[in-house]
Amino acid sequence: MTAVEPAIEASGLVKVFGETRAVDGVDLVVPTGGVYGFLGPNGAGKTTTVRMLATLLHPDGGSARVLGRDVVREADDIRARMSLTGQYASVDEQLTGGENLVLLGRLLGFTKAVAAERGEELLAVFDLADAAGRQVKTYSGGMRRRLDIAASLIVTPELVFLDEPTTGLDPRSRNQVWDVIRSLVDVGTTVLLTTQYLEEADRLADRVAVIDRGRIVAEGTPGELKASVGAGAVHVRLVEADRRPEAERILARVIGGQVRLAPEPDALSVPASDPERVGAALVELSRAGVAVSGYRLAEPSLDEVFLALTGHAADVDEKAEEDAA
Amino acid sequence: MTTPATTGDVERPANRVLGTRARPERPGPLATSRAFAWRALLKIKHDPDQLYSSFILPIMFTLVFTYLFGGALAGSTGDYLQFLMPGILVMTVIMINMYTGISLNTDITKGIFDRFRGLSIWRPGILAGALLGDALRYAIALVVVTALGLLLGFRPGGGVLGVLGAFLYLQLFAFCLGWLWNAAGLVLKSPESVNQLSSVVLFPLVFASNIFVVPDTMPGWLRVVVGVNPITHAVTAVRGLTAGTLTGDQLLWALVACAALLVVFAPLAMYLFRAKSLR
Ligand SMILES: Nc1ncnc2c1ncn2[C@@H]1O[C@H](COP(=O)(O)OP(=O)(O)OP(=O)(O)O)[C@@H](O)[C@H]1O
Ligand SMILES: [Mg+2]
Repeated sequence: MTAVEPAIEASGLVKVFGETRAVDGVDLVVPTGGVYGFLGPNGAGKTTTVRMLATLLHPDGGSARVLGRDVVREADDIRARMSLTGQYASVDEQLTGGENLVLLGRLLGFTKAVAAERGEELLAVFDLADAAGRQVKTYSGGMRRRLDIAASLIVTPELVFLDEPTTGLDPRSRNQVWDVIRSLVDVGTTVLLTTQYLEEADRLADRVAVIDRGRIVAEGTPGELKASVGAGAVHVRLVEADRRPEAERILARVIGGQVRLAPEPDALSVPASDPERVGAALVELSRAGVAVSGYRLAEPSLDEVFLALTGHAADVDEKAEEDAA
Repeated sequence: MTTPATTGDVERPANRVLGTRARPERPGPLATSRAFAWRALLKIKHDPDQLYSSFILPIMFTLVFTYLFGGALAGSTGDYLQFLMPGILVMTVIMINMYTGISLNTDITKGIFDRFRGLSIWRPGILAGALLGDALRYAIALVVVTALGLLLGFRPGGGVLGVLGAFLYLQLFAFCLGWLWNAAGLVLKSPESVNQLSSVVLFPLVFASNIFVVPDTMPGWLRVVVGVNPITHAVTAVRGLTAGTLTGDQLLWALVACAALLVVFAPLAMYLFRAKSLR
């Protein structure tokens, strides 16, 4: 394996389901090592792309090489070196957590004893040791999710696909998963991580691709991505809603850019990267007698990234919560 | 391939566990099938309810037909039981048989099939392992239902050997018919639809057979249906085996019934299996 060869190289990948062009010409180069973020709203085509790269779905067009092998013709070679944790937990509900890992260990070729030992180590890492002897159907969503990730790491793969590994996890479980991802990077595994959260991509990923309606709309480091969007926005809430037009004028004058009126009548926001300007704007507001009940500086949300990159809002909806497997 | 355990400045607790990439030899077909068979046994162990429920229908039918209709059908309940029991044994395996397809469908719809597809393994092992688990369930159910029959007064003239022969034949018959359910499990949308299909297919086939009555009094067209129903030939063979009166002809037809099921449904199921594996 040469250092320059990318872990994944895809060109023109297409997948069509009936009328839907789920993936519509995706080009992707994922370097070896580190975390590559794959960011997009519901239905953007993340899962479909990942499933094609993980050899579970045949592309309808284009080609891809994963770990230097062709995803269609050399699928089995790829399978022996990578693993996938899909968006929905794929563990056996009737078996216990421990048995699930032993089964997969045996299928990888370990003896039952070695598989059991390896299973215990992984269950400890994922904080599931106490639940090892319980049937998975009694697990909570977060426990299932963690077991599912553990199941992909029985042999540490060279490349791992994690499809929305933290959606629906509580902060503690999410941090555990993030730690495991960092460990994987430490030991030299390439991680392709799909997510709907810009924050997650920002924290973990070395590079990010943004996908929308089956196409890559942006690619770069998280810093580049955020810079192209603007660093964030200041959100201001007023004491009196009827002073909003005045506040709008002041913010537009001092900070510049497009002031957005929030759905609530007493709130508004404006893209802002310079904290000093924000300070100046707040001073101007108070000088004009427009009382502010609160303000916050926020990183650009996925919504804002999408608005900036694609000119339309991300169709993020409540489904994201239900998707927590 | 080996990689240094850590490159970062902080040693994370998981690094020790994840820092090895020792990958054993890819297991062969036998080891793969054994792992899947172990899985099937664990399912029986953890959820024995499915096993219990598989006795209930045959036991109910035995009691109802023997004591309610037996006297009318065969003159005495005792005589009728001798006639009915072999048919009930066939019915016992047929009623569990569709679980093959239901489990396969559950694996596909719940995503665990994808987990297996993502591994570099001998894929048919998935089916082979499940078949071994099924064979165990048939064996247990047959022993339980036969024991009940013996308690009620079933006295197979073929003795222990005859009964064992019947069990062996039923394993073969269930194996062959199981491909129908594997095919159904691979095409249908949900485990419930497999279950529904099985009732739609099985109930007519069970009644349009010689399980409960000799077809002599049936109208001509129905006798034709009964005559081509593979279940009829299986029942005739099991009757012959348990009574110790099996003729060469009967055995031949019973084996033809198995072969016909196998020839039609096994290639279909394997084709669907491959198609499902290669989406
Ligand atoms: N098996 C399928 N049959 C039909 N349509 C499908 C299928 N799988 C995906 N699609 C459609 O393809 C599009 C992309 O779906 P995909 O699951 O790849 O999106 P995603 O980015 O993973 O979304 P999410 O964040 O909700 O998981 C969607 O419009 C979806 O409805
Ligand atoms: Mg998805």
